[in-house]
Amino acid sequence: MTLLQVRNLTIRFGQKLVVDDVSFDLDAGQRLGIIGESGSGKTLTSLAIIGLLPDAAAVAGSVVFDGVEILNKSDGELSSLRGNRIGMVFQEPLTALNPLMRVGKQIAQPLRIHRGMRMKAALARAIELCARVGLPDPERLVRSYPHQLSGGQRQRIGLAISLACNPSLLIADEPTTALDVTVQQEVLKLINELVREEGSALMFVSHDLPVVSSMTERVAVMRSGTMVELATVGELFSGARHEYSQKLVQAARRSDDDFVRVSRGGRA
Amino acid sequence: MTELLRADALSRTFKLPRASLRSERSVRRALIDMNLSVNEGDRLGIVGESGSGKTTLARLLLGLDVPTSGAVSFLGDTLPLSDMRQFRRQIQVVFQDPRSSLNPRMSVEDIILEPLECLAVEEPHAARIDEVLASVGLSGDMRTRYPHELSGGQRQRVAIARALAPRPRLLIADEPVSALDVLVRDEILALLADLTANLGLTLILISHDLSVIARLCDDVVVMQHGVAVERGKTVDVFRAPSHPFTKTLIASVPRLPELS
Repeated sequence: MTLLQVRNLTIRFGQKLVVDDVSFDLDAGQRLGIIGESGSGKTLTSLAIIGLLPDAAAVAGSVVFDGVEILNKSDGELSSLRGNRIGMVFQEPLTALNPLMRVGKQIAQPLRIHRGMRMKAALARAIELCARVGLPDPERLVRSYPHQLSGGQRQRIGLAISLACNPSLLIADEPTTALDVTVQQEVLKLINELVREEGSALMFVSHDLPVVSSMTERVAVMRSGTMVELATVGELFSGARHEYSQKLVQAARRSDDDFVRVSRGGRA
Repeated sequence: MTELLRADALSRTFKLPRASLRSERSVRRALIDMNLSVNEGDRLGIVGESGSGKTTLARLLLGLDVPTSGAVSFLGDTLPLSDMRQFRRQIQVVFQDPRSSLNPRMSVEDIILEPLECLAVEEPHAARIDEVLASVGLSGDMRTRYPHELSGGQRQRVAIARALAPRPRLLIADEPVSALDVLVRDEILALLADLTANLGLTLILISHDLSVIARLCDDVVVMQHGVAVERGKTVDVFRAPSHPFTKTLIASVPRLPELS
């Protein structure tokens, strides 16, 4: 069943074309990676789906989520989807979280808004969610402020918030870029497990091909606003069609080879 | 082999802000008892996660910061030297983000000229600028451009050109490719590899990325919480890591899917 249908999505800032005629489908429970360098339009594409584009952006095309057209909907109409049917995790958890609010309350927020839960019940659920995303000592942790937590812990809170209402679609925009590699590994594993258990669809946006290919079955390659290739991970690695995707695969392969050669005992 | 740079029991602690009005200021020990010896021609990698003390170490080695205890010595003389200018001519640095390390109000030419003038380098400046621009693969018409007119990769090339201008013997590169896009990263790494090979430049490369270290460095020091937990030939450390942290680090490198 098609959960998300994006057709001819085009985004302009004034004269500048930043996303050019992008189309793709995402079925319920499916996973799609979006890869591209900075300025390729990958983040704007994901923001368009959740209706968070800045006001200056002129959008054309169509984004249909679960049978409903999202583009040109008012914020009021969209807010019933955001944090409810569609969850989003951002790159930098320190800026994505409210610095003045205890994290427990931030996790409780979507539950109170979308599920009409009372504060007490929502906080109890927040504690369960904290435990679910692998945070230690959740009863104490929900009382802390974002600045008291480490980067990995903050990102786990971000995940708890976005998954609080069991969304059908989770959009993760560079969720591990701000994290250390060892923490990145843990958070990726966690996203993997949670998405599988919840049965959510996943849109995973990243510049890092090895990371994307470990998280999703299909990958869309974006470059300066256009989607140059949409292929399965296997297809991409065995024979990318577009020149740019080939370069990306080569670069990833080279750095993988460097690592393998040295760690298997060749010369540096 | 000449020993260029040496660190003996180098430590640096920072005072943290008070947590409340009545509490004592606590301290963060950013670097603890670090020993390091860098010989001419070495390509040394320093790897660790954020907060492990990599950048603190780099700043101390560059003489940009003063150690709480311990000492850095350059060719046998302890820092600060009486002639820091001579020292700075021989040790140069490339930082992570060229957008913040290049002055936005200076043209490329002025950026590269600055160390030549400040360090009173004798050779003709104009010729040297052309030479370093060529060696980092930038054309001469870049001279009049400003940083905002350049791409990320070009900006980092300018930063490298500036570092090379006074003909240093040692280059310290602190996360030189982390702010760059994947394909550009590849080019800059290739450039650094060429430069160290062709100019006989000694390199200290700081990175959190093991594949970068694998590509460029013969030796590696692994840091965690301000301590060097493991060191050795890159090949040996990567093949048979002995410290648990090094093992975790190596196991965490995102790998490509195996193709059947």
